[in-house]
Amino acid sequence: MATSAPAVKATPWNDPATRPYVEIDRVTKSFGEFKAVDDVSLKIYKGEIFCLLGASGCGKTTLLRMLGGFEIPTSGRIFIDGEDMTGVPPYERPVNMMFQSYALFPHMTVEQNVAFGLKQDGVPKAEIADRVATMLELVKLGGLGKRKPHQLSGGQKQRVALARSLVKRPKLLLLDEPLGALDKKLREHTQFELVSLQDKLGVTFIVVTHDQEEAMTLASRIGVMNHGEIVQAGTPSEIYEFPGSKFVADFVGSVNIFEGKLVEDEPEHVRIASEELGGTIFVSHGISAPPEAIVWAAIRPEKVFMSTAAPEGTDNVVRGAVQDIAYLGDLSIYLVKLPTGKVVRVTQPNTSRHAEAITWDQQVYLSWDSTSPVVVTR
Amino acid sequence: MRRTHTLRRFGITGRGLVVALPYVWLLLFFVVPFAIVLKISFSDVDLAIPPYKPLIEWTAKNALAIKINLNNYAFLFTDSLYLNALVNSIKVAFISTLLCLAVGYPMAYGIARSTPSTRNLLLLLVILPFWTSLLLRVYAWIGLLKANGVINNVLISLGLIHEPLTMLYTPFAMYVGIVYSYLPFMILPLYANLEKMDWQLLEAAEDLGCRPYQAFYKITLPLSRNGMLAGSMLVFIPAVGEFVIPALLGGPNALMIGRVLWDEFFSNRAWPVASAVAILLLIILVPFMMWYQSVQARESAGAR
Repeated sequence: MATSAPAVKATPWNDPATRPYVEIDRVTKSFGEFKAVDDVSLKIYKGEIFCLLGASGCGKTTLLRMLGGFEIPTSGRIFIDGEDMTGVPPYERPVNMMFQSYALFPHMTVEQNVAFGLKQDGVPKAEIADRVATMLELVKLGGLGKRKPHQLSGGQKQRVALARSLVKRPKLLLLDEPLGALDKKLREHTQFELVSLQDKLGVTFIVVTHDQEEAMTLASRIGVMNHGEIVQAGTPSEIYEFPGSKFVADFVGSVNIFEGKLVEDEPEHVRIASEELGGTIFVSHGISAPPEAIVWAAIRPEKVFMSTAAPEGTDNVVRGAVQDIAYLGDLSIYLVKLPTGKVVRVTQPNTSRHAEAITWDQQVYLSWDSTSPVVVTR
Repeated sequence: MRRTHTLRRFGITGRGLVVALPYVWLLLFFVVPFAIVLKISFSDVDLAIPPYKPLIEWTAKNALAIKINLNNYAFLFTDSLYLNALVNSIKVAFISTLLCLAVGYPMAYGIARSTPSTRNLLLLLVILPFWTSLLLRVYAWIGLLKANGVINNVLISLGLIHEPLTMLYTPFAMYVGIVYSYLPFMILPLYANLEKMDWQLLEAAEDLGCRPYQAFYKITLPLSRNGMLAGSMLVFIPAVGEFVIPALLGGPNALMIGRVLWDEFFSNRAWPVASAVAILLLIILVPFMMWYQSVQARESAGAR
């Protein structure tokens, strides 16, 4: 999975001296009894693509709408480029939004749609024409300016919406599920285009998505949301390799989670006895948890090795029978059933065209590196 | 099975019957009556029952004679009464349409933006007046507007006026009556149009720098053009021929074409002239209907 973030070469979030560009300070939004966004604080830096990732109803769209000015926080403050924007209406914010439905004006042509915001600001006519043409060229819609939205394909509409929200050169662009309505091939293609466009223009993006792959490809950092809270924020690789909780581990990518008890707790290693696994898990780093605590070891499917011959050692090895195989071309997914009944997911790249195939019901050994498991306590 | 077969032999299918139904309806209740009126408009007045001479006659020499009399139409243009009434009717209908639009738009907008439960209640309230007869409702307005009517009494008892206002039998009363009666025809198509509006477009407009009133003017208003047009036509076309409301509320000066038609028909028993007036009115209104139809067709072809 791509974890590169071309727009942000440095990591300003690790440098306490950098002033955040967008600061969300203890923001809560309640609708009656229901807290859609619950005490969220976030610092987002200039030039970032920050993805808010979460399942539907987790509050990510509400948070985005508060940044756009469409909702007023119940409590807390929002600063953009140092200015308090908490109660500022959308038409006075240096922020633009690309809506999930695109919200193109059906009675206007593509050009008129893109020009709308500039006209509203009283930009001179010649400059409007110039900027609209440049923007349409940039999103590869040159020549379609005279069309009406209903004459465009989904991908073209998406570009018009993008052009319309970028043409005002906002300080911050909010994107609500920007690729949600596109089919898979087009989505992948557009993801990369979006990143290169963002790199070119240097606008800070905040993207809302429920698609973890989309978040991984686009983001400089991801904020995983659940029940109105930010559960974890970090770079895509941090989120994927060092999830802080069962929820994050499970939500981002697939994972095998084994519940177990901490039986050996040393500064440089721990050992977990797991009934689910029917064995012990050896982890080559210390964790902070009370002794005998119930913990969970999360192991990614691609970090599990599968072999027909018994590997050395007794830790991090289990036997099982192949229950199911899904051949995906580039890789295969194996579901291996352990004697305890637990099913483990293993992915293996199909590196050879004529590999000696492991088949259904075959007895195999599963093993993993002692650095692979991530131990979480919640 | 056999019956279907027999019907088939005569080219009658279920589908054909369904398609034919509206055409039969139109033929019976539009084309035939229209032909009768058209025929009468070309005939001569006669002291008979019915009060006009037949168009087609057997002459003494056993020949079939068709007499088309254009005098009735010519007569409409010699007496200024008819043209004045026509112009006045169009003026009254036009002003009434604008008033209905001004009053109906905010109401339709409010209904479309209310929550679904209140929306149904509000729509019910719009339709509710139809449950009583128009005539009764117009009489109720007489009770409200007359010199010692409800409105004057309330204003006097509040000390706002000392003499009763003359409202009944004025153009004011007539417009109140017409706007009141036709308002649902404006509100319902407008509501149907606004209800389909994607309100996110307004958020998009605000996001791009529009204040709410600018967003309304630039987005909502142009997008509801079709609803406004439909409502306006539903008010304008019947209002041109309106007879009851001007007669009851408008007083003697409200010379409307519907009134003229009535008088010619029932007071003068001049059926041919009355028919000519009716045909002329139709000729004037047909272009409006055609324009409306073509705009509707273009919009529904384009907007998808």
